[in-house]
Amino acid sequence: MSVCSLKPYAIEPKDSRDKFPAPLLFIGWEHHHMFCAPVCIPVPGQTIFRTFTDEILQEIYGAHPEFTSIDWKAVTWLKSGKVFTPRFDFSLAENGLGHKDVIRFKTPGLNGIKGSNS
Amino acid sequence: MDAIVKRKKIGLKQRYQTMTRDLAWQTSYQDMDKVFPYDKYEGIVVHDWDEWEDPFRLTMEAYWKYQGQKEKKLYAVIDAFAQNNGQLGISDARYVNALKLFIQGVTPLEYCAHRGFAHVGRHFTGAGARVAAQMQSIDELRHYQTETHALSHYNKHFNGMHESNYWFDRVWYLSVPKSFFEDAMSGGPFEFLVAISFSFEYVLTNLLFVPFMSGAAHNGDMSTVTFGFSAQSDESRHMTLGIECIKFLLEQDPANVPIVQRWIDKWFWRGYRLLTLVAMMQDYMLPKRVMSWKEAWEMYAESSGAALFKDLERYGIREPKGWKDACEGKDHISHQAWNTFYTYNAAAAFHTWVPNEEEMEWLSEKYPETFDRYYRPRLEYYDQQHKEGERFYNKTLPMLCQVCQIPMFFTEPNDPTSICYRESDYRDDKYHFCSDHCKEIFDNEPEKYIQAWMPVHQIHQGNCFPEGTDPTVDGFDPLAAVLEYYRINVGSDNFDFADSEDRRNFMEWRGGEEPEVSP
Repeated sequence: MSVCSLKPYAIEPKDSRDKFPAPLLFIGWEHHHMFCAPVCIPVPGQTIFRTFTDEILQEIYGAHPEFTSIDWKAVTWLKSGKVFTPRFDFSLAENGLGHKDVIRFKTPGLNGIKGSNS
Repeated sequence: MDAIVKRKKIGLKQRYQTMTRDLAWQTSYQDMDKVFPYDKYEGIVVHDWDEWEDPFRLTMEAYWKYQGQKEKKLYAVIDAFAQNNGQLGISDARYVNALKLFIQGVTPLEYCAHRGFAHVGRHFTGAGARVAAQMQSIDELRHYQTETHALSHYNKHFNGMHESNYWFDRVWYLSVPKSFFEDAMSGGPFEFLVAISFSFEYVLTNLLFVPFMSGAAHNGDMSTVTFGFSAQSDESRHMTLGIECIKFLLEQDPANVPIVQRWIDKWFWRGYRLLTLVAMMQDYMLPKRVMSWKEAWEMYAESSGAALFKDLERYGIREPKGWKDACEGKDHISHQAWNTFYTYNAAAAFHTWVPNEEEMEWLSEKYPETFDRYYRPRLEYYDQQHKEGERFYNKTLPMLCQVCQIPMFFTEPNDPTSICYRESDYRDDKYHFCSDHCKEIFDNEPEKYIQAWMPVHQIHQGNCFPEGTDPTVDGFDPLAAVLEYYRINVGSDNFDFADSEDRRNFMEWRGGEEPEVSP
């Protein structure tokens, strides 16, 4: 029994999809810890993946000196720790990304500030 | 006139008996289980409450006397500190940021502890345990008050202290200590004791108190040092309660062992994660350093912890599951936490900065394996950016661990280049964690943690804006609205120390010169 209580009580998840204006997406840029942790943003499911990389990621990570050197064709992606190949002309939803999914991208050849993983 | 009858004084032991255990009785009008409804449902079996050994045979009468004497001394020092403008004698205004973290994140925990112990002090069937918990409850209230009084003088002169109680219930990073304690308080009374009295007070408290109090002494803050002394004898009583309660539970029934072991695994890890804030304070916020977090961890956790768990082996208890990962983290967590506050300093009610050259050297020396390789380069980059007028502030909210609520900045054990991601599916949703141990805590009680008030998610749900805010209007600035809701004064409570009012004021008070301090 994972609920340890005197009597039954109703349990509501605090962060279900219906409570947000758009699904939450968690995003991490591997080996770039100038952004100390992955980020959390609400982003509409119909957003096209290319718009997501060109505009949304630019806004989040653009301050990093290596951001402009990213070769998006060489980037590899993980979704929940498993290899994920996004289709750039399809929406996030069509790419199978839903509420509270976590994606990470690896940028080969870029190892952060002075190679420090920052 | 009546002759004066010399009454025979009763001995300490007898007086203790009369004033504590004799105050309890077996109820007859109501079932005992109805009077004490909370002390069975966790599965802990107690056969004989009389076997409870009291850590200190203290009666209320003696308690008031000791505490009263300590208060007198403490308030004399606090008064003298204020009258002599003691704030001018501290090492550097940067030091005050450690005090801000203390009043924001630690002092409110004293109040939580007061409430928690008041609750268990009512609900144990055994009178000995009830009295010990009640005394601790009063201690904790006293600590909450004396800390508030000791620090109130600083609040007159520095920013970042004026709304500490309000912040505790709302601001993102303070949900870390808040959720830690509320997790304990919303468990049953036995879990509460294992969580707070044993795992926190007995195993980890030295790592909280020693750095803050020695840090105060090293940095000329006599007011806080005196508070520390005044609390010390209480703390040792609390620690004894922690070890006694563990031994009592383990001796009562073998069925208690696996339950207690799971709580020790959970609460060691919860406490260790909470101490990340102390690690950062110790390595970065004290202008005059005491010792590094790594040294403190080795001294207070590794050596004494190993002996403790060796001692508990005979009851069938092993070291907490997260122990090895915690030891591995000693080279990293302070640097990772400072990076988080440095980059999210727009939303924190204290200042951060890049350590100066001498401090960087100190960090290199204390962390020869990791600092120069992973952490120094970005600090130098930040410094250069700041000098060019581009002080880096991260504007996107971080992903948090569903259990400890800390931003997901911890790296994989044995791989400081990769963030540690773990997740679980529960009902219709995904939940994310910073470590195997936070994931395991969730998987044991998912129903509890899916109800967590996650600050970042609350902001995205629109629950952290001032009343009447319309987030759909043109040019709506969500961060500004959140800071207004937080009551963080933009430009004085937050941002880099170099650009702060605190720094300008302190320099002016000290005759226009920046203090020179070496770590």
